[in-house]
Amino acid sequence: MDRRSAASLLLLAAFSLTSCQPSQSSPSSIAPARTIENKGSDTIVNLALAWAERYQTIKPEVRISVTGGGSGTGIASLINGTVDIANASRQIKEEERADAQANGISPVEFVIARDAIAIIINPENPVERLTLQQISAIYSGSINNWNEVGGEDRPIVRLSRETNSGTHVYFLENVLRLGEKENKTLFSTDTLLLPSSEGITAEIRQNPNAIGYDGLGYVTDEVKVVAVAANADSPYIMPSADTVNNGQYPIARDLYMYTAGEPGDVLKTYLDWIMSPDAQLIVRELGFVPLLR
Amino acid sequence: MRLKDAGELITTALIKTAGYSAIVFVTMIFIFLLREGAPAVTQVKPANFWQLRWYPIEDYFGILPLIGGSLIVTFGAALFAVPLGLASAIFIAEIAPRWAREILKPLVEVLGGLPSVMLGFIGILVIVPAIRTGLNIPTGLTAFTGALLLGGMAIPTIVSVAEDALDSVPRTYRDASLAMGATRWQTIWRVTLPAARSGVLTAFMLGIGRAIGETMTVMMVTGNAPVFPTGLGALFKPARTMTATIAAEMGEVANGSVHYHVLFFIGIVLFLISLAVNLAAASVVFRQRRRAERILS
Repeated sequence: MDRRSAASLLLLAAFSLTSCQPSQSSPSSIAPARTIENKGSDTIVNLALAWAERYQTIKPEVRISVTGGGSGTGIASLINGTVDIANASRQIKEEERADAQANGISPVEFVIARDAIAIIINPENPVERLTLQQISAIYSGSINNWNEVGGEDRPIVRLSRETNSGTHVYFLENVLRLGEKENKTLFSTDTLLLPSSEGITAEIRQNPNAIGYDGLGYVTDEVKVVAVAANADSPYIMPSADTVNNGQYPIARDLYMYTAGEPGDVLKTYLDWIMSPDAQLIVRELGFVPLLR
Repeated sequence: MRLKDAGELITTALIKTAGYSAIVFVTMIFIFLLREGAPAVTQVKPANFWQLRWYPIEDYFGILPLIGGSLIVTFGAALFAVPLGLASAIFIAEIAPRWAREILKPLVEVLGGLPSVMLGFIGILVIVPAIRTGLNIPTGLTAFTGALLLGGMAIPTIVSVAEDALDSVPRTYRDASLAMGATRWQTIWRVTLPAARSGVLTAFMLGIGRAIGETMTVMMVTGNAPVFPTGLGALFKPARTMTATIAAEMGEVANGSVHYHVLFFIGIVLFLISLAVNLAAASVVFRQRRRAERILS
């Protein structure tokens, strides 16, 4: 881990150095006023990098270095005082907050974007809606034919992202295991694990047997999105920026940034910019759901 | 005179270093694999290794489905690459007229240089849908699709090396055979091919070696579901190979974790399998040569 993060830090340093060159007329004369250390969730790392790059073009005097490592790693670094902003795809835990208080740090939470998972099928498949329980039963292998959930008599081919994807883990915990801590359900072994969003879209586009999931922003017009209900008594909801933002769509989560105490000038300007429409446009480009005001 | 000696000395030393360094590199790679992979043996219980579920993020490390996946894809690839490759090599070396040969040989070699990721793309866009509808199976992302593409990649290697071996059989062998009244086909099958046997075997082994080590294409078209293959029907179901597993998971694994060591352990297994394939080929070739020497003496 250490070697890896050290290497990625070096890489980032190299990147930020080279990307700064064109925007500065004489690189040595303008010293960076401030460097923002930003670390945490691997789900958010690409988004944070994209923001950092764009921000650099607006405010070249602020350097932002972004590293992944996971939400826990980011929050731990915030508690140790080694980073300015921790990225997290979950809320801070009680014990983490207690650790931080013990270190004289009170983390402040910012919701910076939202993440929703869409359930996708082939457009030829007549199924329109599924409950979370049905999706869980499909992926764990107890439902094997589309006619069990109101479709045609066809075998179900399950598609998933690889186990190293943050989306895979989120789907496992919140859909397959229905968010229950003690639930140890596993994916059916014949679930196809595809290395990319493109792989999933390509298969679903041409295979009426297939079901898959992916970040809402990655969904294209060539596939059909299914309406999802939290349980059989709840309404079926189509995922959209609106239903995600008002909390109706059941497979969605907030993405967070934490600062140590109320952010100072430089941090506050950056976080304010992140909430701006300009920055939230990048959120959409990377497959997440932008915040609505 | 002295200058020439010195030049010769340096050249010999250079060649020697180059020759020995190959051995040193292989040994170093193996030591590295052992160092990174061996801890897995103590960290993971044998019962966990030899079971049928591979789900590393929850500490299920059953490697049997992965070994099975690699074997079935490679077996499928060999099944059609070997006869097809051999037939093409014989056609190019023995039957095709000179002008056709001069076009075909370079063409086959260009085919061998196709980037595997491109083949994977063609696979996803063309072959996967065709196999699903053609064979009427639930999905086209199967071991068979991978075998088809890998076979396609192995064929140029097999053709190129086997053709060279056939080509190096002295003309006098064919002339003698034809003079004895053998037909052209009899000459190819009974004289030329046996004479070139060690080279042809090397061609098979190189082709199969390419198939078992190939990663990108299989990762894109085999579906990567870690299901242990039982019987030939598994060829038409998704499979997950050892190479695809290492490639897909190594990028995100924490350095020094159990999962990390297990991935290197899979690397050792892969290394041993290709070593076994090569040793088997070498022993066959060696036995052949001894027999030939006996006959000639």
